[in-house]
Amino acid sequence: MTESSRRNFLTATGSLGLAAATPVTGARAQAANTIRIGVLTDMSGPFRDISGPTSVVATRTAVQDFGNRGFNVEVLVADHQNRPDVGVSLVRQWIDRDGVDCVVDVPSSGVALAVNSVMRERNKVYLNSTAATVELTGGQCSPNTIHWTYDTWMLARSTGGALVRAGGQSWFFITADYAFGHSLENQTMEFVRSAGGRVVGSVRHPFPGTTDYSSFLLQAQASRAQIVGISNAGVDAINAIKQAGEFGLMRRGQRVAGLLVFVNDVNSMGLQIAGGSVCTETFYWDLNDRTRAVSQRIVANGTPGGNRPSMGHAGCYSATLHYLKTVADMGIANAKASGVDVINRMKAMPTDDDAFGAGTIRPDGRKLHPAYLFQVKTPQESRGPWDFYTLLQTTPAEEAFRPMAQGNCALVR
Amino acid sequence: MDEIFGIPAPLLFGQLLLGLINGAFYALLSLGLAVIFGMLNVINFTHGAQFMMGAFVAWMLLNYLGIGYWGALLIAPLIVGLTGVILERTMIARLYKLDHLYGLLLTFGVGLIIEGLFRNEFGSSGMPYRIPAELTGAWDLGFMFMPIYRGWVVVVALVMCLATWLVIEKTKIGSYLRAATENPALVQAFGINVPRMMTLTYGAGVALAAFAGVLAAPIYSVNPQMGANLIIIVFAVVVIGGMGSILGSVITGFSLGVIEGLTKVFYPEASSTVIFVVMAIVLLARPAGLFGRS
Repeated sequence: MTESSRRNFLTATGSLGLAAATPVTGARAQAANTIRIGVLTDMSGPFRDISGPTSVVATRTAVQDFGNRGFNVEVLVADHQNRPDVGVSLVRQWIDRDGVDCVVDVPSSGVALAVNSVMRERNKVYLNSTAATVELTGGQCSPNTIHWTYDTWMLARSTGGALVRAGGQSWFFITADYAFGHSLENQTMEFVRSAGGRVVGSVRHPFPGTTDYSSFLLQAQASRAQIVGISNAGVDAINAIKQAGEFGLMRRGQRVAGLLVFVNDVNSMGLQIAGGSVCTETFYWDLNDRTRAVSQRIVANGTPGGNRPSMGHAGCYSATLHYLKTVADMGIANAKASGVDVINRMKAMPTDDDAFGAGTIRPDGRKLHPAYLFQVKTPQESRGPWDFYTLLQTTPAEEAFRPMAQGNCALVR
Repeated sequence: MDEIFGIPAPLLFGQLLLGLINGAFYALLSLGLAVIFGMLNVINFTHGAQFMMGAFVAWMLLNYLGIGYWGALLIAPLIVGLTGVILERTMIARLYKLDHLYGLLLTFGVGLIIEGLFRNEFGSSGMPYRIPAELTGAWDLGFMFMPIYRGWVVVVALVMCLATWLVIEKTKIGSYLRAATENPALVQAFGINVPRMMTLTYGAGVALAAFAGVLAAPIYSVNPQMGANLIIIVFAVVVIGGMGSILGSVITGFSLGVIEGLTKVFYPEASSTVIFVVMAIVLLARPAGLFGRS
């Protein structure tokens, strides 16, 4: 009851914000010369910090960096509250009433998949950055969709594969009991087994609402597995890893691996707890001169609390910039006419931006770039705020993501 | 002896102990709720937000003023308790004569607003708060690794529960409170300031929530929804124990912690539902709760 009532309240306030963002003077001629990008995100729930306001700022930074090339760009924002029904109705409203051409971000796999079918039905452009599900480029792939930043397969391969090679032969999983947790767990298990490792056990915790992980951690401890894989996200992962430290898993020789950890999660955990663990991202602000520059521009545009962008935020930036370049390339009239045409042109053009460098987009809608395995620094190693990662290993773009043939995507069969 | 119901004995003992530790939180939180409901007849749905405020005030004291855990344990409940006093004086006091539902709606709404404000200010993933140096480390009990801090939580929670019970049942002020609940007009006629007593009781109940929040800060991520996650369970505990029964909520808090812990071993997927199953059964058999007066 608590959840739903709060959500309803937020729907109301969210729509107010939306109405305020819609220009009332929108004359027909001006509308034809304006591209509208909707950032559909979690402004109020557990994924706010890994998407939310920073995704909005990153998208606006891309619009700013793109500059003025003969058409106007407007950015709209809405909170999907992690509910597929809310997400779908917001998107319908955006398209039907506000003339939105492109939707970006969309964390939370359930909402991401629901929005996927609406965007296809209405032939608009869908650039997903922060959802994890591989289904977006698998069984539910769509000619209107590009999955930009990361997915569960890539995380499983990078983190799972690396740990087995480093000698982590036996694994125990603590998994959130819903679609995302299951798929991350299953894909990591496959990599562990194919690399010669063993899965000695797993436990599924209720989602959402689990705050105490001690029982599950005790089971992990009793299993004597070398690696304890934490297969959940956001606040859940933070609590699980924090409590693993408290119960001395690391001190007793077990290694705790957060299978989906963003730089913002590390900031919340603190290096005292997260230090020494490994995680995978496709972007880190301190990777090279270009990533430092773009991160600085994003932070300067006003991220909450000076939040540094994670890979999800960088994905919003990169996807928006490539989209706008494509619109400029094909002409705004053509771009507004058909989402599929825009996506096809985006796939045909190579990508290049400060966040991910040069890259390509596969016919099934998978954006390709390298995946980086990071080790989190200890408080002694870190030189200041947000100095969190040491790069351990880079998986090249062509190997980082699931091969197209295994995805069962109807577009490429 | 090695296995009980197919579960290794050491694992089972460990889970029982963990159940007690979680039960300590349930007991401490439901205690505050029971005190408030028992004396004021208000179902305080702001309790979760006040628990969260306790943790955040501890974090702020450390980061803005450099006051550590031990100071926070004393100061945070006072500050949050004071906000409770203001809330009671300005809003809740106007609802005593109305149906319970109004108090519930008001406190629920205030709780949502507080959570929203904190989320706006601090984001959703939370702030780190370290275990105080004196309590870091762990004991190796043979069957499990027992963090010293968790042991401390159980002891403190038990002491607080006992102290609250003693104050209400065995002291003069406690007897005034109990009398004022039965017949406020008569107690007022004896020259006792009943409205002020109500205000202080609400403040004390809120301070208990904040105290639990400070205890929780080093264990959980200090985040705006930390109270919302716990509070539903705590309400179930209060209902099972009997609304307003202090002893009932303490005993139920600890025993439900244990039941939940055992569920996490035998069928973890049901661990979030088991408490509500117990609640349904208890309400069918004893509508007033295990220790409640019908």
